[in-house]
Amino acid sequence: MYVAVKGGERAIENAHAWLAEERRGDPAVAELGTDQIEQQLALAVNRVMAEGSLHDPALAALAIKQSRGDLIEAIFLIRAYRTTLPRLGASIPVDTAKMDCIRRVSATFKDAPGGQILGPTFDYTHRLLDFALMANGDAPEAPRKAAEPAHVPHITGFLGRDGLIEQEAPSDTEPRDLTREPLELPADRALRLQSLARGDEGFILGLAYSTQRGYARNHAFVGELRIGTCAVEMDIPQLGFAIEIGEVELTECETVNQFKGSKTEPPQFTRGYGLTFGQTERKAISMALVDRALRWKELGEDYVGAPAQDEEFVLSHADNIQATGFLEHIKLPHYVDFQSELELVRRMREAAE
Amino acid sequence: MNAPQKNTTEYNFAYLDEDTKRMIRRALLKAVAIPGYQVPFASREMPMPYGWGTGGVQVTAACLTPDDVLKVIDQGADDTTNAVSIRKFFQRTADVDVTERTADATIIQTRHRIPEAALTEGQILVFQVPIPEPLRFLEPRETETRKMHELEEYGLMHVKLYEDIAKHGQIATAYAYPVKVEGRYVMDPSPIPKFDNPKLSDNPALMLFGAGREQRIYALPPHTKVASLDFEDHPFEASKANHNCDICGAGDTYLDEVITDDRGSRMFVCSDTDHCRTRQEA
Amino acid sequence: MQPLLQVQNIRKTYGARIGCTDVSFDLYPGEVMGIVGESGSGKSTLLSCLAGHAQPDTGAVIFDGRDTVTMAEPERRMLARTDWAYVHQNPRDGLRMGVSAGGNVGERLMAVGARNYGTIRDTATDWLGRVEINADRIDDRPSQFSGGMQQRLQIARNLVTGPRLVFMDEPTGGLDVSVQARLLDLLRGLVRRMGLSAIIVTHDLAVVRLLADRLMVMKGGHVVEQGLTDQVLDDPQHAYTQLLVSSVLQV
Repeated sequence: MYVAVKGGERAIENAHAWLAEERRGDPAVAELGTDQIEQQLALAVNRVMAEGSLHDPALAALAIKQSRGDLIEAIFLIRAYRTTLPRLGASIPVDTAKMDCIRRVSATFKDAPGGQILGPTFDYTHRLLDFALMANGDAPEAPRKAAEPAHVPHITGFLGRDGLIEQEAPSDTEPRDLTREPLELPADRALRLQSLARGDEGFILGLAYSTQRGYARNHAFVGELRIGTCAVEMDIPQLGFAIEIGEVELTECETVNQFKGSKTEPPQFTRGYGLTFGQTERKAISMALVDRALRWKELGEDYVGAPAQDEEFVLSHADNIQATGFLEHIKLPHYVDFQSELELVRRMREAAE
Repeated sequence: MNAPQKNTTEYNFAYLDEDTKRMIRRALLKAVAIPGYQVPFASREMPMPYGWGTGGVQVTAACLTPDDVLKVIDQGADDTTNAVSIRKFFQRTADVDVTERTADATIIQTRHRIPEAALTEGQILVFQVPIPEPLRFLEPRETETRKMHELEEYGLMHVKLYEDIAKHGQIATAYAYPVKVEGRYVMDPSPIPKFDNPKLSDNPALMLFGAGREQRIYALPPHTKVASLDFEDHPFEASKANHNCDICGAGDTYLDEVITDDRGSRMFVCSDTDHCRTRQEA
Repeated sequence: MQPLLQVQNIRKTYGARIGCTDVSFDLYPGEVMGIVGESGSGKSTLLSCLAGHAQPDTGAVIFDGRDTVTMAEPERRMLARTDWAYVHQNPRDGLRMGVSAGGNVGERLMAVGARNYGTIRDTATDWLGRVEINADRIDDRPSQFSGGMQQRLQIARNLVTGPRLVFMDEPTGGLDVSVQARLLDLLRGLVRRMGLSAIIVTHDLAVVRLLADRLMVMKGGHVVEQGLTDQVLDDPQHAYTQLLVSSVLQV
């Protein structure tokens, strides 16, 4: 006699135990420390911080360890943890001109005040597997030089001084917080940038790439890409002034794009903007291109039906935690729904015969 | 699902902090005040994935008190893996009593079913909702569908039903069958089989719907009038498999079809496992 | 007799460029007004303003005593699916290409509350007949129809709820000449039989000659001449109208 399927609870417990064992791998191999991940898989840590919307390298390293290196799973862990944190307030905008840069390049000028700093980049490495790393990962000490005074002016500032690039009107209004208010469309630029900043790197990259290939082409130059640490300051009402509460590593990308203007209106270049946690430059550049593509309406450009121009499409699908959750939920049982479709199809087949 | 890494006692009662719960309760109040209207709310990331009941879990967390007795079902059953997982989550983060008995529960979180036993006044039924927008597959744009609701432009919904009949001879929607609430808002009842639709109307329990990924909450207060969309000459029909339950013999319950061997033998059993067991014990 | 539509001082600009300006006229029940001009003359901008698709900068569009420019959107949308109809130049803009012909015609009925499948279907069948589409095509999608059939379907979809005012934007544009003639013939029959009021925008003088009681000629956003159709076409006063008429005759 048939007995309704039971044992969901035990199945889950067993699966979790197995998962924990697999995560650890062969116990004969030394366990990976979260400090090792933080130090030696720093770019993975950065991505988890950027898309997890939480600047905490140690927790990001823990999430990577716990998720067995599945970065979207790690981002998910960080997001869920973030939910439990109170929101104390908003910082005052970080001043990226005061960034301690470890990298700063401009594609639009050969040189500029502050200089070009390549920094720790893969850009000019030859992508050859370095078999020596299999045996021994010791690195020779890199040449050093004393840090220069911190203030590195923005390249777009030079263009702005001559009126060659559009100026964003400064505003003191606190932007809405995507993690505390539902996304409502149409969204303003601040909200779009938030969404892009925490959006999936692959998705944003693909969209940015599509603009380069002609789906809403916007002729982007990397005006400036800079990576470094910035002080975070917050107004403390009890004190009546702002104090530094810590520092964060950031990647900032400012693109110089397609100019607009006419015979009577002096043409100006337009901008795209990307800002992300950690050293995440692929993401920051992609973000700037997509930001620029989404601005077509405000800049009076045509909607050519390109995915990167479609705010609702981009913002609704950029979040990999939403995407992966919904995608993977089709693994859950759906037999009640399937049963009702089955009955329907049977009934329609009867009617058709 | 990975276990939270902190000691569970470090989390607030039912995981969410009180500010978040207040925010959700405000949305719930608004939803109750405007039955069938989708209220945007700032859904949080939960420790289970989107699409796995995060909306329902947040609604349950916002409603739960230490004295509540919680029941969680998925596909009508208490023992399906996702139901187990969500029940354990609340046992761990809220330490509430749980039950499998519909009659004993004060809050029931459900995925895809309404229990067979009649609900009573004071009970809350929380639905997990994947796509809250009933017009979504006719019109993909949120800005446009919100306008359609605002202006009560529901002609398109009936075009879909018309097309079904023209093509299949009947309305070819078996679950997530759209309803109209108090003659105003068209609502997606979540993917319950249409067999369950009549239970939505004039139900003494409070029904709350949470869609986490889509950031929407909506509600049916007790005794709300809910009508399934149809045509006068093709009326709505709450259908089920034409069998009785092979275990308890019930002829009026929604049935799961179970394949029992590889020669195509099958049997039909109640999808609501508590209801089936209660009948066997009686 | 009261005018059905009173258009008063409509002006619409795009930045420094004038879309249309200083447009005023009355339309009486059963009357068909033609608006002609070359592309860029402002005739399409004007039609958008009249039909509520675009917001004019100034002016009023009074339908049946109510100003449709200032009325709330729900009210305007209600008008758009009951008393008004809009025939697009490209039938793809006015039809649901993924919905059967019957569904396309039935939509407006359902939008205003029809809930009997049989009745909706009978009405749709009747209207397909009136626009010369075979009843056995009722379950086919418009994508399986020729351009002329699509346009006739769009007309049926628009007229099924018995609107009092029909806006038409180049209804014969993009069709072969022989197909155009058949469509014009059909339209004329429908307009006369139903006593419809209509505003037709076109660059084709043959269309207005056949359909319009009155004619308005636009150039550079301004109305340069208006009057009875025959009068304007046979005895054009404005130099531009003369050019327009003579250029057609030369063809």
